[in-house]
Amino acid sequence: MQPLPGAVDERTPSPPPEPPRVRRDRFLLLAMLPGLALLLTFHYLPLLGNVIAFKDFQPYLGLVDSPWTGLDNFRVIVEGDPLFLTALTNTLLIMLLQIGVVFTLPIVLALLLDSLLSERLKRVVQTILYLPHFLSWVIVISIFNELLGGSGPINTFLRRHDLGTIDIIGNSAVFKELITGQVLWKEAGWAMILFLAALSRIDPELYEASAVDGAGRLRQIWHVTLPGLRSVIVLLLILRLGDALTVGFEQILLQQQAVGIDASEVLDTYVYNNGIVQSDWGVSAAVGLVKGLVGVALVLGANRLAHAFGEAGLYRREAR
Amino acid sequence: MRGAVSATKGLLLTICCALVVVPFVGIVSTSLATREQIVRSGGFVIIPDEVTFAAYRALFTGGVVPRAVAVSVFITLVGTALSLASTTLLAYGLSCPRENPHRPVLMLVVGALLFTPGIIPGYLTIDLLGLINSYWAVILPVVVSAFNVVILRAFFMEIPAELVESARIDGASDRQIFSRIVLPLSKAVLSVIGLFYAVGYWNAFFGALLYLNDSAKWPIQLVLRTYVVNQQQLGVDQVGTAELPPQEALQMAILVISIVPILLVYPFIQRHFTKGVLVGAVKG
Repeated sequence: MQPLPGAVDERTPSPPPEPPRVRRDRFLLLAMLPGLALLLTFHYLPLLGNVIAFKDFQPYLGLVDSPWTGLDNFRVIVEGDPLFLTALTNTLLIMLLQIGVVFTLPIVLALLLDSLLSERLKRVVQTILYLPHFLSWVIVISIFNELLGGSGPINTFLRRHDLGTIDIIGNSAVFKELITGQVLWKEAGWAMILFLAALSRIDPELYEASAVDGAGRLRQIWHVTLPGLRSVIVLLLILRLGDALTVGFEQILLQQQAVGIDASEVLDTYVYNNGIVQSDWGVSAAVGLVKGLVGVALVLGANRLAHAFGEAGLYRREAR
Repeated sequence: MRGAVSATKGLLLTICCALVVVPFVGIVSTSLATREQIVRSGGFVIIPDEVTFAAYRALFTGGVVPRAVAVSVFITLVGTALSLASTTLLAYGLSCPRENPHRPVLMLVVGALLFTPGIIPGYLTIDLLGLINSYWAVILPVVVSAFNVVILRAFFMEIPAELVESARIDGASDRQIFSRIVLPLSKAVLSVIGLFYAVGYWNAFFGALLYLNDSAKWPIQLVLRTYVVNQQQLGVDQVGTAELPPQEALQMAILVISIVPILLVYPFIQRHFTKGVLVGAVKG
């Protein structure tokens, strides 16, 4: 069998198949079977299911017998259906807000934590800050509702002291800020890990040398620390770009009832609400398909850009 | 000057930690507080004057919560076992590059990282397989995580070749090498990956929302959404006792029940992953 181009593995291809090999490698072949079957059934079969995007799907006819409609389902994207445009605008706004805040704050947090001298204290803080990452969105949103809601401790306190109330939960005007805050609470600690690891690999001599040259703390951060973090930052930005059109599906779905569609609809919830709830299967699948393809294009494009700037990026590990 | 800087740092980090810890304390306290205190404090208690387990007793005597916990435990145990078995075997097969269809399979795994199926095609697949309203619909699509396969394969390939070769000279088969050498050497990484899978199954929400129409089959996360996020009232039909503890205490108790398993496994995850399972894998 010919090796496919671009495989991650750099070893030489196996010689052509012969029956004794199959028998000899029987265990290895059988071992891969369950995992492979699951991937094919629940990953690649659905990818084939994307043909629904080119059909007028009728549940009683089934996928195969439903009539083809060409690119008809893609009209909402090209012609700019208002609901679709709302979803797209919200997605992009939330994405920009989150790259701005959720991406940069963990770097600051990592710098802050790294400057602590006591290893013990560092571990304690890390343990606390990583924890929310492992909670589900349902839990995180329950916690936020409880604390910031109308009858939560903060508003109760304000009301008792005649300071008015802060209206955050269920307020469509601040919904994007609210969900960004939730992402920050849940993921900032976890996002810090890779930065901390990169910080620990920076050669201490660089700091000493820059101190001898008269650099202060801030200059050291600019000239030593940030360049040391550069490849991790680029890697994570690429990964985030691939997910650029994915902004908190479960998180938003859980809170949509309270704030309404206009403020909260994003592409993923549009696909769900339109497709599964309203049964407009073809159009939703078309939007989902375009979103997936744009995501792949963004990852590959960003990776190429990273190479152009001399960074390792996501792959090209053969150079090891 | 230096003193002021480090005091600011300390203050900032303390605030960050408090933002995580204080909500937990409040949730546990409210679930244990008496009706009088909950009313007096406006629905949320930071430190209970008097501790009562009435909410937990009511929830665990019968009704929706014991069933949901049983469902979640089932999904978590079965799912994690299947995930660990299939991920480990697939990663092992891919780590020995001499068998024939090695490269195409590897391409499929890496491809699965890049192309995620959409919601609609995923739903159609489950429908096609007749799995709607079955627990398998929640479990099977997420059994194999391509990411974990890649991590584990990288780990297996780091195992010194001399170890494997000397076992082979002694006449060990692939299966024996796998069970006597590779598995024992991989205990730490396997336990971390297993815990990550388990946390994922325990937290499973959207799959259950999408595929389980029958509310009797709901796992704990859906119960949490209905009665805590959506604030649906818990009546005597939903709890096991005739006398109803305050809604706030019941809601916070459900929240605590859904968090406790995570807190129980967290120290094990924490101990291992900082040693570089994740970081090493991402570094390549």
